[in-house]
Amino acid sequence: MSEVVKKFMYLNRKAPYGTIYAWESLEVVLIGAAFDQEVNLMFIDDGVYQLVKGQDTTGIGMKNFSPTYRTLGDYEVKNIYVDADSLAARGLTQDDLVAIAYEDMDTEEEIENIVEVVDAARVTELMDEADVVFSF
Amino acid sequence: MSILHTVNKSPFERNSLEACLKYASAGAAVLLIEDGVYAALAGSSAESLVKSGLAKVSVYVLGPDLKARGFREDRLIEGIQVVDYAGFVDLATEHDKVQAWL
Repeated sequence: MSEVVKKFMYLNRKAPYGTIYAWESLEVVLIGAAFDQEVNLMFIDDGVYQLVKGQDTTGIGMKNFSPTYRTLGDYEVKNIYVDADSLAARGLTQDDLVAIAYEDMDTEEEIENIVEVVDAARVTELMDEADVVFSF
Repeated sequence: MSILHTVNKSPFERNSLEACLKYASAGAAVLLIEDGVYAALAGSSAESLVKSGLAKVSVYVLGPDLKARGFREDRLIEGIQVVDYAGFVDLATEHDKVQAWL
């Protein structure tokens, strides 16, 4: 690939299902990944609810898109960050979140879970490092 | 006049629940639906708000919305009652009117 690769950050701040933001973000993430861009996902505020495991939407008649998060590693998405303060404010821990595995096709290196809980200073740093930030 | 109040916003994003609890009369019912269900979870920074509300009103949470978001009933603040859609209808009929806090 000789094309320009940009560092994209998808900043997710909304809970799933109540609004369409979470699902729309996921759609755009998959598009970015399909164009071989460097995709970074950041979940802060109510966005952390998107990654809660065990979602079951059969009772509300909406599509459960949460299993898609677990496939992100297959789309070469390697960087998924969750803000520690946002989790704590909601009484959540990393145990409440899905694990997303990643396997490097070239080196066969396997990472069991690429979901990384980070502090506010790291969130700031990652935002600064991004070429583009998409807000959802 | 007894009112059924519905709250469908996350307590971390809007002050809908806070306003609802402030203005609801004693003995009213508050039903948490959609993103409002996050307020029903124990251990969050909204817990004290909900607990003070429980002293004044009955608090209910819509089970299917809770389940959709990945949470089981054992994560709820004590004293909150779970209802299904039929229970929602019952609450609506048992009260004089329904007031939605958007």
